[in-house]
Parts: sequence; structure tokens; C-alpha cells
Amino acid sequence: MRILKLKKRDLTKFIDSTSGFGELWGARKKGERSAFSRLESAKDIDLEARRTILPPKKFMLPQSASMFKYDHNGYVEQLGKAPNRVLFGLHACDIHGILILDRLFMERYPDPYYSERRRKTAIIGTSCIPDEFCFCRETHTDTIEEGYDLFLSEVGSDFYLTWVGSSLGDDLVRTAEDLFDEGITVEDIQKFVDWKKWRERKFKLDIDLDGMPDIFELTLGNKAWDKIGDRCLACGSCSMVCPTCNCYNVIDTVALTKLEGDRRRSWDACTLCEYSLVAGGHNFRASRADRLKLWYTHKLQAFYGEFGKPSCVGCGRCLVTCPVDINVYTVAKTLRGEEVFFK
Amino acid sequence: MIDGGGDRQKTVNPFQPEMMRIVRRYNLTHDVRFFQVRPLEASRALALSYKPGQFMMLSNLGVGEAPFSISSTPSRPGLLEFCIRESGQLTSSLFRMKENDAIGVRGPYGNGFPIDRLKGKNLIITVGGLGAAPLRSLLQYALDNRDDFGEIYFLYGAKTPSEMLFRKEFLDMRERQDLHCLLTVDKDDTDKWPANVGLVTALFKQLKGIDPKNTFAATCGPPVMYRFVLQELLKLKIPKHQILMTLERRMKCGVGKCGHCVVKHIYTCIDGPVFSYWDVLNMKELIY
Repeated sequence: MRILKLKKRDLTKFIDSTSGFGELWGARKKGERSAFSRLESAKDIDLEARRTILPPKKFMLPQSASMFKYDHNGYVEQLGKAPNRVLFGLHACDIHGILILDRLFMERYPDPYYSERRRKTAIIGTSCIPDEFCFCRETHTDTIEEGYDLFLSEVGSDFYLTWVGSSLGDDLVRTAEDLFDEGITVEDIQKFVDWKKWRERKFKLDIDLDGMPDIFELTLGNKAWDKIGDRCLACGSCSMVCPTCNCYNVIDTVALTKLEGDRRRSWDACTLCEYSLVAGGHNFRASRADRLKLWYTHKLQAFYGEFGKPSCVGCGRCLVTCPVDINVYTVAKTLRGEEVFFK
Repeated sequence: MIDGGGDRQKTVNPFQPEMMRIVRRYNLTHDVRFFQVRPLEASRALALSYKPGQFMMLSNLGVGEAPFSISSTPSRPGLLEFCIRESGQLTSSLFRMKENDAIGVRGPYGNGFPIDRLKGKNLIITVGGLGAAPLRSLLQYALDNRDDFGEIYFLYGAKTPSEMLFRKEFLDMRERQDLHCLLTVDKDDTDKWPANVGLVTALFKQLKGIDPKNTFAATCGPPVMYRFVLQELLKLKIPKHQILMTLERRMKCGVGKCGHCVVKHIYTCIDGPVFSYWDVLNMKELIY
């Protein structure tokens, strides 16, 4: 892989030089937190941002988007309109999240809407410093080898190591090639290694996901689930903020006066009551406990069978979002039979 | 500029409904209606291929889309048939549609019945109520390819004679020499019902000399029926992996994306809707 040095003070200049590739999006302060926002210039980027409120899945799978426009002649697909974007500041966990969505949407029965948006998005990842909610080390998503076009690792106070992950990434570098330096010294490598060790020590959350698939199988009928289910508000927030929640609903909107409208798809959540309701009124998952079971089984058990790892990327968004403190940490602990103190 | 694949071949949009024409529709019961649907062009109609047990997504403009099992058999090409019960917004709107109206169709989806494995074997098809909708496809397919199968048993239970789908078609089938067609109703409110009265499970007494190793069972019906029918099939010593069930779930895509039909890592839409009894035992949430 091509690896280059970029001086920290040249970052804004470089990012702005890529504007010909598309709209610039990056993390920007929003109240006390930060959100991926459209930026005029790289100088508006919040470089200190930890996790954004919503994960970057919203770029590939928008909260609500038209699939078809229809009239009495039939359905016309709505493709080709997604903008080109340069997405700056994705952390390793979020890029892992996108890789998981890529599998779901671009392998078996490729989804043309997702694929188009994915192809039109350049991803510039950045290294990060974990806070008290991060547990990507436990989900093995604390580093990233693929899925990005460029990845900037912060090394010391003066430069980034720039990992070129794709031919598009290489094109991005070429927009301001004179800002990059190929001469990586032994000292630079040592600095990088030291930085990695320093970062390792920053993880604070003690979470144990070992053996989770078996634990799920063994606790499926356990009363612990009812306890968690009783707390759940079925608000769906966990699904909105999870980088790998991809469930959606499809509805037809209709004009008031004539037969035309949009077939739209929008985010859905398996914790919502009507998620598994079928014709005739039978609900396969009428209780909140049953629906939570599905959510957590999907994150911590089902994915192992096919891909050998959880579909949780350890970003910590469920920890900071759930209003009643149900999250990967408290659920894993509860299922292990450990005492959990909900906030 | 980012999209490097300008010359990339355009892939088929798996969500694109094709407009088809309703050829015929009539009531099967007071709340279940039969629809015959056909692509606009004859060549396209004849090229439609699917397997018994598969389903399609039907759309009505401005109302929405939902999955429906195919009731026709691929051995009689040209038409797609569906049995639809009026039970919600979309199905009510389908009930308002008339002959020659346009309907959006996409599919077929799902695994369907494993026809190659069924070949050469005896078949016991057991259905309750609306469960006849998907299994009529398998029954007709087996009868159209009669030499490929051993003995065929068709057991159908409905609440009353008027609740039985395809009542005349099935009553006539009782005259066939190459089929054991056993029909029953829970209650005969007509006093003219010419077949059995009682639960569908009672029909199993009439099954004699079944060779379980060489028999596959296929069943579909309301959840309450499964438990009792499964007991009867197990009494006949039919191996669990040779008992097949076709299941129902909420679905918004049909191609493993929307997530609604998921049970663990299994998508009912692409890994099902046909599962074996062993699958069902192994995945607790699959039927209840």
C-alpha cells in the first residue's frame, strides 16, 4: 500500500483541493455532540469529534429516499441523482460498519440505490482516540485495512500517515501531490508504533464479548430478557444510531389529486411494535423482549455464523443514545449473569 | 468523477415492479379472491419461470406492496395465479381491481420446494384454510409430472364447505385414480357436503402403508394446525428433514435487504419460505 506523510498544517489545504470530486461532508459540532454535515471548507471540520450522532450509513442509505416515481403507466426507478461526495473523518469502527453494509447490499442481489451512493462516495478515514464508551478493541474493529480511499493516522503533533486505499484515493492525493512526502523515516515508524501503544491504553470500557453466540443460544428463554424488555421503551433510537442497522420500510406516498407519487423507503427498527406483524393480525414478536432479542441476536450472534465476527463495531452509540441504558454493554453483562446497574 | 464505472453494465433493479394485467378474478370464499395475472406481452408471459412454493411481490399503484404465494404451477405457463384474503389496506385495494386493470408484479422470490429431492418419492400434502394457496402449486405440479412421483396424498381441512378454496376443483380431484384426495370440513353447515367432517388430523387414519423413508410431507396452514399435523406426520415416522413447511413473514423487499423476515441469520425471503421441520425445531422463532 502507498503510504505518504501529510503535514498537519496542510490538512485543510489538501481537503479543499479535493472539492472537484464532490460535496465535502465532515463532522461538525452540533450542540455538545457532532454530526456529519455539508461543509463549505475543511476549516469547518471538527477534528476532535468522537462519534457523530448518526453513523455514516445515512449517506449510502438515507433516512428516507425515493425508489420509484409512479403514475398509471407504472414505476420509474429513481437512480443517477445521488451527488458525488467526499466524506471526511470516518473512524475505523464506522468504516467497518460500511463494510458490513456493503456485504448486505452489494453481494447477493445487489441493491442499485445503495451501490450508486457507495460508488459516488469517497471515504477519507481518520484515526481517533477512544473515550469511555468505545469498545472497538473488543469487536476487533479498532483498526482498518480496507473500505476507505484514504486513511489519515495522526502521528505525533506534526503529521499524518496517509494510507492510500484505492485508485480513487490515489487520485485525491494527486490533486495536491506537493503536500505529500514519500520519505518515511525510521523515527516516523517508531512514532507511529508508540502512538498505537498509547492509543491502546486509552480504552476504558471493560466489556467481554467472548463466547457471545453460545451465550445467546443458552439464554434464549431466560428471564433476563424479560427484565431488559420491561425497561425498553420501543423507541427505535438504537437502530437509528447503529452503523449496521439496515432495516427499512417501504411506503407509497400519493398525490391528492391524481394517481402519481413516490415509492419511498425509510429507516425502520425491529424494536418497533409492528415490525413483525403479518396479515390477519398475528405478530411474531409482540413483546418488547422478543424484539430486543432479535436486535441483539443480530448484532452479537447471527453474524458470527456467516462471517465469524459480530455485526457490532463497538462505536458506543447505543451506550450514549438509549434513554433507558439498554446497550451492548448492559445486555452482554446481563446475559452473563452479572449484576448490572442501569443508569 | 468518483464513479469510475461509467461503462459498467446496468444491473437489473431487483425492486422494479413489472406492470401486468389482471385476466380474471372471482371469489373463492367470502373473503378470499382468486386472481389470474398475465404480463402484457405474450412472449414474456410464456417465458415466466418459477418453482412451486415461491412467492411474488404484488403492488397496487399508490397503495403499496406485499408478498403473496403463487398458487399456479409452472407446468402450466402463461398465467400467474394468487389467492388473496382481504385483510388490510393493500388487499382491500386489490379487491377493488377489475379485469384488465394493471397490477405491479416482481419476483419470483424464495427457495420454493426442492423438486429434485421430491422426485421419485411419495408426497403427503396437508393444508388448512388459506394454506391451500401455496400448496396448490405443488399439487398441480406433481399431477402434471405424475410419473416423477410415487403415491400422492392431498389432505385439506377447512372450517366449512364455503370456506374451502377451489372447492369444486378439489372435489373433482377425488375421482382421479392417481391421487388420494381427502377433504374435510370442521363443520358441515350445508348438509350436502359429500366428503369428510372433522379435523384434518383425523384424515391421517385413512393413510395406509406409508413408507416413511420414501415419503416427503409438505404442509401449510394456521399456526395452531401445525402442531397437530406435525404430530401425525411424526407418528408416520417421516424424518424431520423430509417434512416441509412454507412460512409467512412480513416482508418489504423479497431479496434479503429490508430485514423484516429475519430469524437469526436466516432470511425467510431468500433462505425460505420453505423450511424443514428440523429447521423449525432448530430455530425457535421460526413459526411462533
